[in-house]
Amino acid sequence: MKTTDSKNGLLKIENLQVEYITDDARVFAVNGLNLEIEKGETLGLVGETGAGKTTTALSVMRLLPPKVGRVIGGSILLDGIDIIHAGEADMRALRGSLVSMIFQDPMTSLNPVLTIGDQIAEVLIFHDRYNNRTDVNRRVDEILRLVGLSPERKNEYPHQFSGGMKQRVVIAIALACEPKLLLADEPTTALDVTIQAQVLEMMKELQEKLHTAVILITHDLGVVAQTCNRVAIMYAGEIIETGTVDRIFHAKRHHPYTEGLFGSIPDLTKKTRRLNPIDGLMPDPSNLPAGCKFHTRCPKCIDICRTIHPRSSVRDGHSIRCHLEGEGGVPVAGETAGGEQT
Amino acid sequence: MFKYIMKRLFLMIPVIVGISFILFLIMDLTPGDPARAILGDYATQEQIAALREEMGLNDNFFVRYFRYAVNAVQGDFGKSYRTSVPVVEEIYARFPATLQVAFQAIMLSILLGVPIGVVSAVRQYSAIDIVSIATALIFTSIPAFWFGLMLILLFSLKLGWLPAVGADSWKHFIMPSVTLAAAQLATTIRMTRSTMLEVIRQDYIRTAMAKGATRRCVIFKHALRNALLPVVTVLGIGFGNLLGGALIVESVFGISGLGTLMVNSVKSKDAPMLVASVMFAALVGSLVNLGVDVLYTYIDPRVKIQYLRRAKS
Repeated sequence: MKTTDSKNGLLKIENLQVEYITDDARVFAVNGLNLEIEKGETLGLVGETGAGKTTTALSVMRLLPPKVGRVIGGSILLDGIDIIHAGEADMRALRGSLVSMIFQDPMTSLNPVLTIGDQIAEVLIFHDRYNNRTDVNRRVDEILRLVGLSPERKNEYPHQFSGGMKQRVVIAIALACEPKLLLADEPTTALDVTIQAQVLEMMKELQEKLHTAVILITHDLGVVAQTCNRVAIMYAGEIIETGTVDRIFHAKRHHPYTEGLFGSIPDLTKKTRRLNPIDGLMPDPSNLPAGCKFHTRCPKCIDICRTIHPRSSVRDGHSIRCHLEGEGGVPVAGETAGGEQT
Repeated sequence: MFKYIMKRLFLMIPVIVGISFILFLIMDLTPGDPARAILGDYATQEQIAALREEMGLNDNFFVRYFRYAVNAVQGDFGKSYRTSVPVVEEIYARFPATLQVAFQAIMLSILLGVPIGVVSAVRQYSAIDIVSIATALIFTSIPAFWFGLMLILLFSLKLGWLPAVGADSWKHFIMPSVTLAAAQLATTIRMTRSTMLEVIRQDYIRTAMAKGATRRCVIFKHALRNALLPVVTVLGIGFGNLLGGALIVESVFGISGLGTLMVNSVKSKDAPMLVASVMFAALVGSLVNLGVDVLYTYIDPRVKIQYLRRAKS
């Protein structure tokens, strides 16, 4: 299933559409998402709760909740492999070896009845990385040292570790087979701030050492600024702005939503009485508005926004999906209006 | 761990003493004269008075209980009023039948109940799930005596495959075990299913999937062990109860086990027999409970830590 690919491309998601079917509604979680990531790159995927960040990551792993969540359109190419049409056995071979995922809460991500050594060894055994148990054990020791834990503790159980240490174990499991892509779903949200910094620092070091590409899902722009090369801002299941960190943080022109996001960060140097949030709520994903999905909250909304879904306009690799960017911007080639929910 | 087990064994002593005291008291408060019961309706007043004196029945209640306790500690639990056989011998003779039926019933519940429960949970709302839940519901609702009689009707009278009553060969134990297992099996299926359903929604199951584990590995290595604790608890309680004798099943299939022994002792006011057999059942029940608690530590390492902490304090 290998296809010819650009030299550095690792993951290419095109027009991805994912829905959840619940008892009372069809929820459109991801609506025509386009995303590319190159080898060794770190991409920050930013957006508020319910924007579809985790759903996107789970689609890449093909671990959407069975019977409830399903991909209804688009394609995902990971290292030339068509994820959406791959067989289950092929997917098992990929998970944990080519692509790994770190989940949000380290407290519940580890199996309480297995030692952490076993849980790390397991992923090596699943992917036949070593022929005998001695080599597996040696690798477990090595990877534990890599994430800053003492190998002597490999026979202990998860409840004997603190939250930050558990997240290190989770990262050890994810990186044990040196995957090409790591999906980190808010890896530090459940940790306190000092531990957050340690874990992020460690992830960055490991990434440089192992040349792993990372998609860092977060809603913390500070974390993004520290760790990422590129940023993609997600809103209501689509990417509304992408660019290098430098562009996103310093360019003049932005999507109004991005402006709102940055505007809502309190400035430590100024005295303010109130926070400055974006007005309104994210639209109900089972009943998305026509046109631009942000128009109901957008302070710059014009007539066209209410009816026509905007395309992305790219300037110097900085892409913004907004009608106000239309003039002068170049529409992305090959992009259709297929991402709309009409 | 050894210290913890010793502590638990030590704590059984007051339980057994308490049970024996209460039983002794109840038997003392019920009307009727053991001496008359032993000698029969035609005995004279003098004969009865002489026997009462000989058995020490005229002494104060506490004196009698103390005398019983001292003898019991030395292994002498008295003789049956009804048969004059030492009660220990009688219990010893009857226990194997009870043990065999109880063991087979519990094994049947484990070997069938756990896999059915797992499949049910993994394929929730499938045909298999619906059938197994319905079966479980039926088995919990059917009274044991009726189920036993139906089995006899079918397998003994119609088909002639199995003997209806008695306890002579392994064939005799099949229907009693199945009858006893029915209700236990239903509980096991439902318990396994509900805890498995809870466990397979946990984050660590998703982590296991993300590692590339096969479905079988996820279910049996990661999920089942986490789901076992409540199942083991229910099975332990069930096994403890079964070991105390199962009156209805014993009566239906004509097996002389502990259940019939106890009921006959109550009927004939056979105090030594009743006190000893109930004490025995309580002891066996406590030992099974201890066994279950020790088993927990092998299933869930978190439990072990708790035990060790408690044993220290």
